Amino acid sequence: MIDLIYFSWIRERIGKSSEAIETKAATVVELIEELKVKDIRYSEVFSDLGSFRVAINQELADFNASIIGAKEIAFFPPMTGG
Amino acid sequence: MHVSVQSEFFDFSAEIKNFSETLGNIGALVTFTGIVRGQKSNTLDYMFIEHYPGMTETQIKLIVEDAIKRWKICDVLVIHRYGKLEPGEPIMMVATAAEHRREAFEAAEYLMDYLKSRAPFWKKEVLNGEESWVEATSEDEASLNRWR
Repeated sequence: MIDLIYFSWIRERIGKSSEAIETKAATVVELIEELKVKDIRYSEVFSDLGSFRVAINQELADFNASIIGAKEIAFFPPMTGG
Repeated sequence: MHVSVQSEFFDFSAEIKNFSETLGNIGALVTFTGIVRGQKSNTLDYMFIEHYPGMTETQIKLIVEDAIKRWKICDVLVIHRYGKLEPGEPIMMVATAAEHRREAFEAAEYLMDYLKSRAPFWKKEVLNGEESWVEATSEDEASLNRWR
């Protein structure tokens, strides 16, 4: 099981802040493709890879990064701190 | 290094005083405070800042460690708030202490640029009950390039 965590408008549009899922995906991109098939909310939210970021186990990562063995994957828009 | 991620209000003058008292022999202390822009019920009712508990503090510390590697600075203070903030309230502050001002200024700017685009915070503005997420700009991202 992997915990998926969503922030900001991604959380709002998916309608939940987190969920635990089973996946066969080996990379972030593969995971995104799996989610997109699951429900239209995911396919809308994840339609443009340029509009959001990903962190694996609380570290910023690339979309091609491996998620094998990952515990927590977070999706969020570009950050607006400061 | 002093890093605090908190919902509570902070008094920046008291924070600077406390920080400066922990420092040894320095010649320069640069501080920056970010404040919620706008006037209540005119341009902004309030701001809400979401963050990623667990990642936020670690990520800020990584950014500070990078700054310490790049410049000869003695110590760094970062405070960043989350939750509901009213116009005029402080959002965050950065203080850098160094022997010389150039290091202190540059490190503070570096920290500000990276905190804006690489620390996991998301700002939402609320006006007349209408909520809108603040969007990151291409300028925010471009300002990181000067440090590469």
